[in-house]
Amino acid sequence: MILNDPKIALARAGKINPASIEEFINTGGFESVKKALKMNRGDLLDYAEKSGLKGRGGAGFPTGMKQRFTSSSCQTCENRYVVCNADEGEPGTYKDRFIMESDPFLLIEGMILAAYSINANYAYVYLRGEYYQSIDNIKNAIKLSYENGFLGQNILNSGYNLDMDIYLGGGSYLCGEELTLLESLEGKRGYPRIKPPFPAEKGLWEFPTLVNNVETFSHLPFIVNNGFETYSQTGTAESKGTKIFCVSGNVQKPGIYEFPFGITLRELIFDIAGGMKSDFSFKGALLGGAAGTFVNETLLDTPLAYETLKKEGATLGSGAVIVIDDKTDLKKMLSSILSFFKHESCGKCVPCRIGTTILYDKISSTDFTADDLKFMLAEAEYMAKNSLCPLGQSPVLPVKSFLKWFVL
Amino acid sequence: MQREMTSELIKEILGKYPGTKDNLIKALHELQETNPLNYISPEIMEKCAAHFRLTKAQVYGVVTYYSMFSIKPRGKYHISLCKSPVCSMMGSENIFRYLEDKYGLLPDHVSDDGLFSLEKSECLGRCGKAPSMMINKDVYTGLTTDKIDEILLNLKSKPGK
Repeated sequence: MILNDPKIALARAGKINPASIEEFINTGGFESVKKALKMNRGDLLDYAEKSGLKGRGGAGFPTGMKQRFTSSSCQTCENRYVVCNADEGEPGTYKDRFIMESDPFLLIEGMILAAYSINANYAYVYLRGEYYQSIDNIKNAIKLSYENGFLGQNILNSGYNLDMDIYLGGGSYLCGEELTLLESLEGKRGYPRIKPPFPAEKGLWEFPTLVNNVETFSHLPFIVNNGFETYSQTGTAESKGTKIFCVSGNVQKPGIYEFPFGITLRELIFDIAGGMKSDFSFKGALLGGAAGTFVNETLLDTPLAYETLKKEGATLGSGAVIVIDDKTDLKKMLSSILSFFKHESCGKCVPCRIGTTILYDKISSTDFTADDLKFMLAEAEYMAKNSLCPLGQSPVLPVKSFLKWFVL
Repeated sequence: MQREMTSELIKEILGKYPGTKDNLIKALHELQETNPLNYISPEIMEKCAAHFRLTKAQVYGVVTYYSMFSIKPRGKYHISLCKSPVCSMMGSENIFRYLEDKYGLLPDHVSDDGLFSLEKSECLGRCGKAPSMMINKDVYTGLTTDKIDEILLNLKSKPGK
């Protein structure tokens, strides 16, 4: 089945009042919860696994597998948690904000499904502190969900209990990394933990914890309502379902677009986003934000999916598509990315703390030449091998792809 | 100029939060928002330490880690202008220059009248309408120098303490 209106996370966006639980319920909201609470947990875990859903936060880890690990680890533990990573901060990415602003109950619904499937009784939304509208919407959605019996004790008379709360981030990119996020949730500085153990074994307060991105949770209701077969029919061989792309730059219609995986960059930029603004011509794009990869026109017809981009040494990451034009100062753009990593490095481990500074200093130096990029690549590769968390492992992505596709 | 918040108000706000340390960041958000000087003062940190049974160093460590918290007083209107790759490509550098040239606003400084402070911020998630900025809780997008004039003039003429 090809979906006529290929939208899952944004199906209601702009069509309902996000503050109204009635409008949400009247458009099929919480149906999946009613269905799921009558299913056994094993079947529900199968649903997520067989759907082929992968994490939409950037890493693309199979969601079903993560749910199964979390549900089966530490059988003697008295608590289990579900945490929504809503600490969106990847440059060029604003899809989670859009979901929370336009359909906040959908996120709650997805989180209830995940929590029930792993038998967790507590859930947190860790939300970026600057997203004031999202904060208001999610607070309101949680409150109304309690009042209408979708959260709290004995949900819909099923005997299942789930409490949910919101927690605000403090403006740290690194807290979008799952273990760092948990440290922050515990009230500490956002320093990454050593893994393993992964959150599925020891997460929040040492208990098994499932951490997923906002967009990921938003897909679960569709899967439960329509079946994993329907879901897995959209997308490509290894990337199932739809993805939200955040298009920015000098295109006619920058914005948020949800499409099945497999759409090409050409379709996205030239058909959907209306092509380049007059006086600008396409030069390339930065896919996935700062922790992403540059591409040029050679990849315009490559389907956008995890596996197809990987083959080309590129990544989809969070879904940011930053379009670069002929007037963009490429060096300045790379410099801006490296300044970002330097600023966000927490300083806990040496390769990242010193490496991010070396990279930025190099590109900012007055006698910088294109040859220096090779030195920077070697440094970034060293960091990728020796850093503790994804922050230090990421600069290699933009640096390497920059060298591959652009000549200064 | 604004005044420091009173000890009573700090205590009153802290009283709303259970004394376990996972509530520290929540409390800091509310304290900073309520403080007319828009920052976390030494007194706030001291009272947080006592309330959450942490050392002052632990509280200081948390406050200085998160970029939303400031240990220096800020303007009544705190401007966070985005400098990240998209906004910078779409012209936020001109806006920074304009704020300095016309209004004398420099990052991490408070204007003499105490009204404005400026911060170079990371991505604010408004990339579709770059360049963008926030002033306290309000978001402004598609910035041009004309728009900046209009916004700042509007704020300057706003009544209130």
